[in-house]
Amino acid sequence: MVLKLEHVTKRFGKFTAVDDLSLVIPEKEIFGFLGANGAGKTTTFRMILGLLDPSAGKISWDDKALNYSTSHLVGYLPEERGLYPKLKVRDQIVYLARLRGMQKAEALRELKFWLEKFKVPEYENKKVEELSKGNQQKIQFIAAVIHKPKLLILDEPFSGLDPVNVEQLKDGVLALKEKGTTIVFSSHQMHHVEELCEHLCIMHRGSPVVHGSLREIKRAFGKKNLLIHADFPLESLKDFPGVVKAKPTMEGVLLQIEGENVAENILKGIVGKGFIRKFALEEPSLNDIFIEKVGDSYE
Amino acid sequence: MNNFWIILFHTYLDKLKSKSFIITTILTVVIVLALTNIQNIIDVFNKDGGKETVAVLDETGQLYQPFKQQIAAINKDIKLTTYNGSEKEAEQKVKKGDIDGLIQLRFNQEKLPEATYKAMSIADSSLYTDLQTGLQQLKMTLAASKLNLNQEQLQKLNEPVAFDKVALEKNAKTEEELNQARGLVYVLLFIIYFAVIMYANMIAMEVATEKSSRVMEILISSVSPIKQMFAKILGIGLLSLTQLAAFLLVGYYSFTRNMESLAAGFGGVFGFGNVPVATMIYAVVFFILGYFLYATLAAFLGSLVSRIEDVQQMITPMTLLVVAGFMIAMFGLGKPDAPFITITSYIPFFTPMIMFLRVGMLTIPTWEAVLGIAILVGTIVVLAIFGARVYRGGVLMYGKSNSFKDIKKALQLTKNE
Repeated sequence: MVLKLEHVTKRFGKFTAVDDLSLVIPEKEIFGFLGANGAGKTTTFRMILGLLDPSAGKISWDDKALNYSTSHLVGYLPEERGLYPKLKVRDQIVYLARLRGMQKAEALRELKFWLEKFKVPEYENKKVEELSKGNQQKIQFIAAVIHKPKLLILDEPFSGLDPVNVEQLKDGVLALKEKGTTIVFSSHQMHHVEELCEHLCIMHRGSPVVHGSLREIKRAFGKKNLLIHADFPLESLKDFPGVVKAKPTMEGVLLQIEGENVAENILKGIVGKGFIRKFALEEPSLNDIFIEKVGDSYE
Repeated sequence: MNNFWIILFHTYLDKLKSKSFIITTILTVVIVLALTNIQNIIDVFNKDGGKETVAVLDETGQLYQPFKQQIAAINKDIKLTTYNGSEKEAEQKVKKGDIDGLIQLRFNQEKLPEATYKAMSIADSSLYTDLQTGLQQLKMTLAASKLNLNQEQLQKLNEPVAFDKVALEKNAKTEEELNQARGLVYVLLFIIYFAVIMYANMIAMEVATEKSSRVMEILISSVSPIKQMFAKILGIGLLSLTQLAAFLLVGYYSFTRNMESLAAGFGGVFGFGNVPVATMIYAVVFFILGYFLYATLAAFLGSLVSRIEDVQQMITPMTLLVVAGFMIAMFGLGKPDAPFITITSYIPFFTPMIMFLRVGMLTIPTWEAVLGIAILVGTIVVLAIFGARVYRGGVLMYGKSNSFKDIKKALQLTKNE
């Protein structure tokens, strides 16, 4: 059961929101979907869910189109958070779960399970408007996953949560993955993506600029980070051949270099100049890749 | 259970249990009960038997007895007492409220009766009119006997002229029938008017609440917007029928219990005595069709706003249409056969009220009513198809949206070029 997007394009009048996007999202995996604001993430999600029809291209799940007859297989946490403010958590979740094809008794059982998991069992009979924003988000997450979907789409699931709640929600996401749910999620926070995803895609103005497994993407990026802490001035290194960027830090300098051999040359060049307290070659962070791929084209 | 029914019953039960619904229903039932029991209520307040006491200062000494007989024939609730004190004292009694009025009877130069009536206020015209009528009749009798007319001759004078009215149009309603129909149609028009405004508002608010609370995104990912829209319209429609049924049942029960007192009183004026079945059937048909027309309109207008505060602004044009229809109908009550009324009864947005007015008050050929209903149903279908498309895009649109340009934008969203 693979989610496949083939040459998907969506135009709103003259504006192209998504341009020729082709993706394969493997089963039982967490797929990261990144992009700056307005990159076309939410539009893509809406097309996957069948809320919008693509102007061109095809979206399929297990080689079948996704539509309302398959809605019980799909869970969705929209970016815009919201529930019925006046309804009790219990009534709300039962209503939404029944719309996804669940029986009432089963929905209540699952609700209890999730409320226990998020350590808020006392909220079952509270109105949503009485809960804090973070707790409302938990309830909404429950609404998205209560019917044990095969495909779960999370649009910015962690935004606006405190670290404790983020951990709880992450546990929830990982538990679902263990049970075999395919999860697509979008985020602005790169460390969440790095932590959770095996495959990812970075969108920029409707087009995918990076797409593949996290490891491959980092390898293909080529550039590495080199962190040097030393007792002598390192400013001159920014003109060293193979150095792309240099950023002075409190104790030394952080360099972005084109490859490992550059690090070797630099080491040869500075050895003997003084005491080197730290010389570390690091993988590029997703943040670096994102800024380079998306940020540069802003300029 | 099918999603459609889940939404329908969720909407219905949620609104049914809401405080505002329960309060308005109870209030209206109380009003209905009060109206149908109006005669009993009036009687309660007129504990003193409703009798009005008028003191008679008879200066002639001959007029009191015959005057009393005349008044007794006119209105049993007027109690006359002869008064032998001075005029001043009698006036004091009126001021204190011991008696309602004071009438002085005397002869003029021609030996015919004349009177002066004194009361705290002369606004209570029925008492004053009854007294005057009584005295007038007394004067007629006296004048007749002076002219030596016998009873037979007098009767001939008083006999009303024969005057027959014949309508050439078949089945044309008589003036009395028209008056009766007018009362009934008036009340039913009011019900249609209020129901359409109230429930259309409720739908627009419901849609806007779901949108502004953003729960809409979850809903539309599980159930198609079109299904949602119609489930909601039907759910609230069921609610309106529930409320209407409650009013009608209470009203009918209370009315039949108080039938006698009401028929004598103002019930007759409103033509409830014998409600024509056809009028009631038409009322229900136009109530339901009118509801669907405006509910569909309200649902898609509601889907265009993203904040609850903008709902009123968005549906104002629709409300104005309803008000305009009601105004025309009010005008039509007085002149139901005006060409203006005939024409407007075919305009779908006015049909529910104006065509109903025409079928209720005139005897129009069935095909005219059927044509009006057909145009109305056609419009509802077109509006539903169009509205569903707007709704589908509208629920996805957020941001500042309170103009009719958004309809175009919403339609564009659903297009797949």
